[in-house]
Amino acid sequence: MTRKVRLLDICHARSGDKSDTSDISLFANDPAAWEIIRRHVTRELVATYFRPVATGPVERWEVSNVQALKFLVHGALGGGAPRSLRSDNLGKTFAAALLRLEIDVEE
Amino acid sequence: MRTVRIGAGQGFYGDSLLPAIDVAKYGNVKYISFDTLAELTLAILEKGKKKDPTQGYAKDVIPMMRNLLPICAERGIKLITNAGGINPPGAAKAVAQVARELGLKGLKIACVTGDDIYDRLDELAAQGVAFRDKETGQELGDVRERVHFASVYLGARPIADALDQGADVVITGRTTDTAQFLGPLIHEFGWGPTEWNKLAQGILLGHLMECSGQVSGGNFQVGWEEIPALERIGYPVSEVSEDGSFILTKPEGTGGAVTLNTVKEQFLYEIHDPTAYLTPDVIVDLTTTTLEEVGENQVKVSGTVGRPAPPTLKALLGYADGWMGEGYISFSWPKAYSKAKRAAEIVLKRLEMQGVAPEETRLEYIGINSLWGAMAPEPVDEDTINEVRLRIAIRTQKKQDCEVLAREFPPLLLSGPPTASAVAGTPAPRELMGLWSTLIPRELIEPHTRVLVEEV
Repeated sequence: MTRKVRLLDICHARSGDKSDTSDISLFANDPAAWEIIRRHVTRELVATYFRPVATGPVERWEVSNVQALKFLVHGALGGGAPRSLRSDNLGKTFAAALLRLEIDVEE
Repeated sequence: MRTVRIGAGQGFYGDSLLPAIDVAKYGNVKYISFDTLAELTLAILEKGKKKDPTQGYAKDVIPMMRNLLPICAERGIKLITNAGGINPPGAAKAVAQVARELGLKGLKIACVTGDDIYDRLDELAAQGVAFRDKETGQELGDVRERVHFASVYLGARPIADALDQGADVVITGRTTDTAQFLGPLIHEFGWGPTEWNKLAQGILLGHLMECSGQVSGGNFQVGWEEIPALERIGYPVSEVSEDGSFILTKPEGTGGAVTLNTVKEQFLYEIHDPTAYLTPDVIVDLTTTTLEEVGENQVKVSGTVGRPAPPTLKALLGYADGWMGEGYISFSWPKAYSKAKRAAEIVLKRLEMQGVAPEETRLEYIGINSLWGAMAPEPVDEDTINEVRLRIAIRTQKKQDCEVLAREFPPLLLSGPPTASAVAGTPAPRELMGLWSTLIPRELIEPHTRVLVEEV
């Protein structure tokens, strides 16, 4: 049996930019959430999720001292802030978008 | 163990002028550091300098100094800022003028230069620098002709030198965000160039504080409703020990909050690889840090491991990359979204009819998907939507294309779908700038660094 868990309900997050790359940190709210996200929020899952808006690959790191995952989503900001046509030219809302992701967690 | 207190006064060009006053008055600090330069900022400053060669620095340094110099001169607080942008001597001159107007005698203002390599690009190329893009590996090639600014990120050493020479105010160009904070600590504690762990702690301190309110309750994703008094948010203040460990807090009586979670969000902000945060001063391994909440609004930061600084420095080049034209128009219920979509079709068709073929076209429906683009879910029931504002943005090499776009928005009021409303609907065309990041051997840069201290 699996249940759907929305990341907003077990995590907090922040995103920023470097040139055309969105840099997103996803923080687990507690140790149980940390076990869930390190297992389920994979590089592949996040790459698929952001594919509609990103032209490049996704990188992922585990940062266990703060129970967080770091993602770089390349090619996501329309060429970088001063060249971008995006209203959100700095990708400040990517963290919120990631928090809306639902994952399947086994009971 | 000896300690020193350091505060943050600004997180970017355009930040509020008020919180720095609280830091100066109530932070009990010896230094206040200001980070004014984001990647985007240099592009903005370059446009200013092109219009007026005395510009090119972050102009809010003038009101900021007008507010702070009287308080700081009296208390002996030193101010460190990279507001110089692409014209540090211009900024230093402006600050000296403010000091004279305030009647402050004997104030020492330092100006650090050597980061701006715009005039050295050909010389560096002749020395074998290929300016390969860090991300793509491409050579600069024909982008060279379109370069508008080129700045190397310098580290904390020149700032520490300026303070060693007795500077009260240090103004630099593109020194790193973190250098504004590490510089005073090197000056204060005499940390050597290979004391990697102490330097790593100092860089981390700078990283946590450089974005001002983002560590003390601002832009806090989950739980923002509980953060008190953001209108009087306290910018961060740290009490730093000689061994590099520090307690991050904020001035007494201010709003905002410093908690484990507010600090964590800033801890990893924009750092890319957490095991190797690259700076000119040290490579920082953030996976080794210990964060502990030790009291109300107090987080202790310790244990960070540093590795030897890299042999190269990062340079950021900005180059002209066409124009952005924009138009906005709003529609109301009923069927607001459908009307906005129909209006977009009309405008795009009109562009086509006039032979305008943009390199990129972006359609955004404000209220539906302007921030998330293709990731935003489509509305389930259009009848619940009261209004939608359409934004069309194009990128083109021809400025006149932007004017054609702007010209096609007002006619929608009479000849488009009903209920169109277009307050401030067509901003002026904006020149776009591409960013080019590259690495340059530091021995080609650092010998050109100069620190000039002048007394007002």
